[in-house]
Amino acid sequence: MTLLGQFALWAAFALGLWCVLLSFSGRWQGRPDLSASVVRSIYAISGCLLVASLALWKGLISHDFNMEYVASYTSRNLPNAYIFSAFWAGQKGSLLFWAVVLSLFASAAQLLTSRRFAYLMPYVAGVTAAVITFFVSVMIFAADPFERLAFTPADGRGLNPQLQNVGMIIHPPMLYLGYISLTIPFAFAMAALLSRRLDTGWIHAMRKWTLVSWLFLAIGITLGMWWAYVELGWGGYWAWDPVENASLLPWLTMTAFLHSVMIQEKRGMLKRWNFSLVIGTFLLSIFGTFITRSGVIASVHSFTQSNVGYFFLAFLVIVAVLSFTLLYTRWDLLEADVRLESVVSREAAFLFNNLLLVGIAFSVLWGTLFPILSELVRGTKITVGVPFFNRVNVPLGLLLLGLTGVGPLIAWRKASTANLQRQFIAPVISGLITLGALLAVGVRDFYATVALSLAGFVAGTIVQEFYRGVRARRRMHGESIPLAFGRLIGRNRRRYGGYIVHVAVLIYFVAFAGMAFKREQEATLKPGDSAEMTSPFGHRYRFTHMGISQYEALNRIVSAATVGVAKDGKSLGLMTSEKRQHVDSFKRPTFEPSTEVGIRSNLQEDVYIVYAGSVDGTEEAVYRFNINPLVWWVWFGGFVLALGGILTMWPGGGPTSSVPRRVQAGYEVTLVGSGKDGA
Amino acid sequence: MNQSRPELSRRHFLLLGVSSAAASLVGPPLAAAGLQAPQDSLSGRGATGTLRDPSVVGRPRQPTAIRGDEAEIQAIEQRLACSCGCTLDVFTCRTTDFTCTYSPELHREVLALRDSGKNAQGILDAFVDKYGEKALMAPKPEGVINLTGYLLPGALIAAAGAGLALFITGRKAAVAAAVSASAAPPSPTGAHVSPEDLDRLRRALADIED
Repeated sequence: MTLLGQFALWAAFALGLWCVLLSFSGRWQGRPDLSASVVRSIYAISGCLLVASLALWKGLISHDFNMEYVASYTSRNLPNAYIFSAFWAGQKGSLLFWAVVLSLFASAAQLLTSRRFAYLMPYVAGVTAAVITFFVSVMIFAADPFERLAFTPADGRGLNPQLQNVGMIIHPPMLYLGYISLTIPFAFAMAALLSRRLDTGWIHAMRKWTLVSWLFLAIGITLGMWWAYVELGWGGYWAWDPVENASLLPWLTMTAFLHSVMIQEKRGMLKRWNFSLVIGTFLLSIFGTFITRSGVIASVHSFTQSNVGYFFLAFLVIVAVLSFTLLYTRWDLLEADVRLESVVSREAAFLFNNLLLVGIAFSVLWGTLFPILSELVRGTKITVGVPFFNRVNVPLGLLLLGLTGVGPLIAWRKASTANLQRQFIAPVISGLITLGALLAVGVRDFYATVALSLAGFVAGTIVQEFYRGVRARRRMHGESIPLAFGRLIGRNRRRYGGYIVHVAVLIYFVAFAGMAFKREQEATLKPGDSAEMTSPFGHRYRFTHMGISQYEALNRIVSAATVGVAKDGKSLGLMTSEKRQHVDSFKRPTFEPSTEVGIRSNLQEDVYIVYAGSVDGTEEAVYRFNINPLVWWVWFGGFVLALGGILTMWPGGGPTSSVPRRVQAGYEVTLVGSGKDGA
Repeated sequence: MNQSRPELSRRHFLLLGVSSAAASLVGPPLAAAGLQAPQDSLSGRGATGTLRDPSVVGRPRQPTAIRGDEAEIQAIEQRLACSCGCTLDVFTCRTTDFTCTYSPELHREVLALRDSGKNAQGILDAFVDKYGEKALMAPKPEGVINLTGYLLPGALIAAAGAGLALFITGRKAAVAAAVSASAAPPSPTGAHVSPEDLDRLRRALADIED
């Protein structure tokens, strides 16, 4: 199987080179057969990489421990689901996963893109093939997933316990899908620049792909937060870890692009900026991969340090130079059709929104790299942790939240004072009521108060938009409220799907603000002893240590500490936090004992229990108890965001069939004028 | 797995009976809380005895002392970085990564400094003196480099925002000047438009733009 896998990789490599040379040589122009060959090469590469993937999976499933990768990441007693997910658990397998998924995306782009954009497709094939070939070359020359050992161990090392979590079956693929699919918008942008077809065609051709990438990244990041929360056990879901930051960076710039591209579509502005954003986003995805795989920055999420990082660094530099040079050569062709007319316009609001999103991305990147820069300049090592990122990014995030509400309220081109009054009065009142309510209940944390008040304002804008839309439909079509609501969204999916995404952002911010009030307490308890805590919502919790059970499970020995939890004097039942010593099939320990936290969640707050260990091997246990407010809303926000994203890119929509679309005023005047002129 | 386990001997049966009786003695407080103790599947040596296999629960822990200034200690430790490479603060690391040997040691140092009469800032300074600035979770906002670290992103955004606003308003003024210099273009239809009509048109356009 390893021979077959290696052969498939080499075949993919050769086909990739063929595809790249052919598409960039320009010889396919005027030669439909060569053009078709470029596209067919993409399908062939996909086939080769699928064969390689199946070969790796075969090795994993059949416990072929002579394969270095199989021995490093699986063991005979590893549950089947994790044998399956071990494919992307290690450096080498994840590179193959990346390459095969990218080849499938590249094939899908060729198959699903409308014939109208056929002029772009050979270039798209060339760019995607170049990226795939790079990944395949890394595997062939530096990280071969089919490497054989000189001997065959009786059992493998097993999978890192922290990766033995259902979140790790879903989270990495989702994040990878986001990262990987960013190549497709990049390829379309490069194709537009190479072909000099710089109208909005490339934007229409790749619109769905940008949404797909953005959505997968968003879901992947949220699942990553969930995994960190339930598995790492430190009591939170976001620690501004370099690898977390690396996933956030392209999401921020892609979000900026999704907004600024609307201005290009509507007003023919920001063409250069949009190209820059697409290129920057792709480069950030490669940068994230470099950080994760090079070991240049310490992170709990990193792969093992290896020389693969240098490949990515070189690739990053080459792609940056080539793509920005290409953009520079087309600079004059990317003149805006019209100019911005007013600071108080939707275009300007979107521009400021872009500025903030890119600014936050820069700020996160700056903080991530600041320890290296500081050491280079001052020769002093520093730590840049949560307090730094919070101090720098929280104010920027709050500004962005405010703009989330402001943007949709301002008219295109130039807003009049009357327009502003009409649009802002209700949302501002909503924000002020929220502020008053917070102060009345005694909330005094500055940032949390501002965040929640702004959330009240943004909620007001969204409700107002939906209310006016429903009211207009009822007036025009005489529909019932639920029907008008459903059709409002169904007929304007992009706009109202976007508002639903704004609702999700709002929920995220409220949930993040909640963590400002989290409570933590350590306690050492003998069986029967209790500890008490008061939650931010004023509930009194009592934790009673019941004892510690030890038992064997499939691939681990479990020590389960059980805690009886009572809230305001009423029993909530038992919660368990575990220590797990993973063992191989010969009962030999494979990793250090890991911790499984106990979590009980409701809409208000999470009870989060960590069994830290036992005192001198007795049942006297050391615990950390956390009360984390509003965490449930983070996961719900992720769900709403996914819903809004799917709605936005769902095909179809448009006006109600019985009523013709309203004619734009400008066109009407022109037609009358042309008729009068003798048409 | 169960087949390889020895059958229950009479001695084990008797021991189980005794331990059940012992458990019933500690039962009342638990029963009062409306809770029941879970049944061990691998028997230990009684409720307050040692675990069957202490080696599988990680590094042995010391009981955490209950202190009056616990919240303050926690706040101090959340500003100190653990040196094990975990990227967490001392408090979070010592209550999360139970294989770490650094954070418990750093915790003891914090307690010792606190007991010697140092306040929070004094403890942080003592750590910086001993371990360097990397002991802090965030660099001090002082000195050119560190201040640049804190202020650069915000300053760049503010400068770019101000520049953008100036650029747009400057261009707006130029366009207005150009328009005022030329005559108003005639209506394409040649029709007279009353102020009321204009007002209605504006409202209609505002509706579309909304």
